[in-house]
Amino acid sequence: MEEVKEQIGHMPRIGEPAPAFEAVTTHGVLKLEDFKGSWLILFSHPADFTPVCTTEFIAFTEIHPELQKRGVELLGLSVDSVSSHIAWVRNVEEKTGVKIPFPIIADLSKEVSLDYGMIHPGQSKTETVRCVFIIDPNQIIRTILYYPLTTGRNMDEILRIVDALQTTDKNAVATPANWRPGDMVVVPPPNTQEMAEERLKQGYECTDWYLCKKKL
Amino acid sequence: MACISPDGKPTESGSKMLRALQAGLGSPEEIAKDTGLPLFRVRSGLRELAEAGLAKQRDDRYGLSEEGAKLIK
Repeated sequence: MEEVKEQIGHMPRIGEPAPAFEAVTTHGVLKLEDFKGSWLILFSHPADFTPVCTTEFIAFTEIHPELQKRGVELLGLSVDSVSSHIAWVRNVEEKTGVKIPFPIIADLSKEVSLDYGMIHPGQSKTETVRCVFIIDPNQIIRTILYYPLTTGRNMDEILRIVDALQTTDKNAVATPANWRPGDMVVVPPPNTQEMAEERLKQGYECTDWYLCKKKL
Repeated sequence: MACISPDGKPTESGSKMLRALQAGLGSPEEIAKDTGLPLFRVRSGLRELAEAGLAKQRDDRYGLSEEGAKLIK
């Protein structure tokens, strides 16, 4: 455990550049820079041929077309070999009819897992937990989600976060709790008293000067 | 190797990229648009083809090498 803890070192944080990598995947050798210009969801799973992971891969495949419409690529990762990944992907297709369309990193050396803080020794010393890194086209980490080994991820929430981030970038706004596309957005809070007074005259729906919403 | 099989022949995606290079397309973006392959696959594939001597890279653009041209004849 101590050895793994020592290896973990720096954990990536929101707003930081995503750690660069060059990794063997089911689609050949890929580098982080190959995804430059696209949004990227890099996610880890504990192991191939396990039940929760299988349901997640089917679910990620189901939202893949929606992600593509939003300019988002998917990239999976576990510490299994590429042969294991290929066998599992083929098995999922044979048993469920679902063809996994995105690449999966075979991180046998744990190099990428450790750089991204995907191994949480309190959960497992050898497997990656269920991490989701949403990385923007400039390769900055914009969202990090961690789920325990026993809880499969919520695809609606992942899509919702992508929509919220892209809406924020496009319109310089924030999104309130439980926001969905089409809902009102939050106007950034004013920095000066003058701005606070002015915004009350701008036709926003204001609860008070610090909480104003508008339709896009 | 995603673009070249163990027997040295280009895979389906490798052949698509080589044909795009033969048609005169040079940037990964142009080749992705022409082949319908994801841009990340094209960037990775062109790098692999160049390492294998089947494509030539100059800055951000690629061209077909003599070896690459022989493969898709």
